[in-house]
Amino acid sequence: MSIDLPVIFTVLMGVAVLAYVLLDGYDLGVGMLMPAADAGEQDVMVASIGPFWDANETWLVLGIGLLLVAFPLAHGVILGALYLPVVVMLVGLMLRGVAFEFRIKALGWHRELWNWLFWFGSFLASLAQGFMLGLYITGFEIDFAHLAFGLLVAGGVCGGYVLLGATWLVLRTEGHLQQLALGWARWGLWWVAFGVALVSLATPAVSETVRDKWFDFPRTLAVMLLPAASAAAWIWVWRATGRLKRGERAPEWAPFAGAVAIFVCAFAGLAYSLFPYLVIDTLTIWEAAAHPSALKAVLWGAAIVLPFIVAYTVFSYRVFRGKAKAGLYGH
Amino acid sequence: MDTIDALALARIQFGLNIAFHILFPAITIALAWILVYLRVMVARTGEAAWLATYRLWVKIFALSFAMGVVSGITMSFQFGTNWPGFMNSVGNVAGPLLAYEVLTAFFLEATFLGVMLFGMNRVPGWLHLASAVLVALGTSLSAFWILALNSWMQTPAGQVYDGATLIAGDWWQILFNPSFRYRFTHMMLASGLTAAFVVAGLSAWRLLNEASDIGARRTLRVGIVIAAVLAPLQIFVGDLHGLNTLEHQPAKIAAIEAIWKTGKGVPLVLFALPNATTQTNDYAIEVPKLASLVLKHDAEAELQGIDAFAPDAPPVAPVFFAFRIMVGMGLAMLALAWFGLWATRRGALPARPVLWAYAGFTFAGWIATVAGWIVTEVGRQPWLVTGVLRTAEAAGPVREAALGASLTAYILTYALMLLAYIVVLTHMAGAGSEGAQGPARALAMQAAT
Repeated sequence: MSIDLPVIFTVLMGVAVLAYVLLDGYDLGVGMLMPAADAGEQDVMVASIGPFWDANETWLVLGIGLLLVAFPLAHGVILGALYLPVVVMLVGLMLRGVAFEFRIKALGWHRELWNWLFWFGSFLASLAQGFMLGLYITGFEIDFAHLAFGLLVAGGVCGGYVLLGATWLVLRTEGHLQQLALGWARWGLWWVAFGVALVSLATPAVSETVRDKWFDFPRTLAVMLLPAASAAAWIWVWRATGRLKRGERAPEWAPFAGAVAIFVCAFAGLAYSLFPYLVIDTLTIWEAAAHPSALKAVLWGAAIVLPFIVAYTVFSYRVFRGKAKAGLYGH
Repeated sequence: MDTIDALALARIQFGLNIAFHILFPAITIALAWILVYLRVMVARTGEAAWLATYRLWVKIFALSFAMGVVSGITMSFQFGTNWPGFMNSVGNVAGPLLAYEVLTAFFLEATFLGVMLFGMNRVPGWLHLASAVLVALGTSLSAFWILALNSWMQTPAGQVYDGATLIAGDWWQILFNPSFRYRFTHMMLASGLTAAFVVAGLSAWRLLNEASDIGARRTLRVGIVIAAVLAPLQIFVGDLHGLNTLEHQPAKIAAIEAIWKTGKGVPLVLFALPNATTQTNDYAIEVPKLASLVLKHDAEAELQGIDAFAPDAPPVAPVFFAFRIMVGMGLAMLALAWFGLWATRRGALPARPVLWAYAGFTFAGWIATVAGWIVTEVGRQPWLVTGVLRTAEAAGPVREAALGASLTAYILTYALMLLAYIVVLTHMAGAGSEGAQGPARALAMQAAT
């Protein structure tokens, strides 16, 4: 039986990127929400992501690493075209990563400075990621219309991360901060709807292949389940946050789970649109793939190690379950 | 150089990034194991002073680790943006090595660092200690993979060609290529020395403020003992590494020793200004025949000069000077470590000038490590992978303007980060390990472990 290695690696890479977007998405979102809270609440917010942010960012290294290893040709084309936004994202990630550590140790105006850099870095990184998504799905065209589109998608992605971050805080905090987070989550929902709508309209407009995939009868009937599921998840989050806000009974995990469902649906839709292209309508996964010997070597390692990674990641989330407290996590 | 071209900018940018990055793993690889020791002492004695010391150093570790993580993420992108030719031609070997580093090391250290930092009151003592060990194991594993890759780039082995495509023939030979064991040992010892001087230096800084701090007196001794043991070992391993380089990369040795012309009975150049235009050494201070004697154990032996390798020879001056800086720092660290062994005997507190010397040498390991890195990387030029791929062939099509703009952004960010790192580290160490922990805290701790 022959196995299609590039397809396997596309799935692996997709899983890594989705894991990154969900995991770093919530901690970037929490970072972007920092200025909306007071000093005491900021400490709780930071404490809620403290044990996780390092490992969350590692999924980005894995995603980009798999692109580099499995599809070196695409890695060069994509990162070459996105050179400057990548630099902006990296500067943002660096600032927020170290600001996270420095702010714990600083006092007075130093602490304010690092708080500000933590917010600024989170925002810059999210904005750059959204902007890259915008350029990526329109085939890296650089003119005013495409750059403006990129900025709009960037706004949508920031809003999506704010939604993830806010619903994470609903789950991990209580009292006044939780109430604030419920409001932020509903605000993020509108941005996410806007971002998903933009991408869903733009991809078929740009590419005939994508158009055919979605609007070719009778396949349309089946694939339209995906937007329907997104809409259902959206409504679910809206209702759950509403109930919690009014003090009615609703599970605190529901908004976060719903936000994750929206992201998974959006990601699946995008993956369905693009497959088997790594660069839309230009470069397929088979054209870009590395030599089978290299792919096999990595696949062995991934098959053995990934279950362990998943297991101890679950372990870590279990250790730190429950409500976050400012003092408790202080190193 | 009258024009700075895209290749030069790409090299400056990547070189700056990798030099900035290496500063932090150089500390954390060994500091992780020192933390395991501190954590064991906490578990064994249950003493509040050990706990406070552990808490201080785990904070310093977290800070250094975060600096390494964020600059490392940048590198994973720059492989593609600055050197697309690297992955296109040798990616089938380099890629899996990098992937294994991410899979086996990065997730391990990042996840268990979270448990180590925030989980002391949430997991049983043995599990917390195990987390410290797993973090240390992760940092060392990461060094293993990345040095395997770097050694393979220096002395490639085990690769074959499938048509025109370079692929792995024998992974065992690729991992354990001819220079791997020397380079890996050399780097691990370099990390040990760097971390030992950071520990001793910051402890000395604390003792200059507060001579009675028992935790700082202990860690000063810990740093000194580690340095005193590792420094002579490093000189021995460094010599073996040099002989290995002579066998596999003689052009690098010619640059290190500033030997321009092949000849017999070659003198050892102690100091000179290598002149690339005249292919001679200006103002040379030499010891006759010593280079032949040291490298070949025969005063009359022949050594190949730069002329034997031109035009594929590395630039002499940077390699020559960087090597002397590295060796000079190594010898100074050895002297200071052994003197410190005597100055801290039986719990003695060294005199203030000695403490100042340690404080001044806090980041001595960085200078030696970066100098050593320049020797080995510049000494490999013009190759990126010796005999396989030239550096110029691997550069990307990124425009000079984009490279210039991003280089400026990186320099500003790194300068801010490095300044903040050093200020915060010295401030934290100067303030000490958060005062005396009461006996109640110690008991609570024992109950937790």
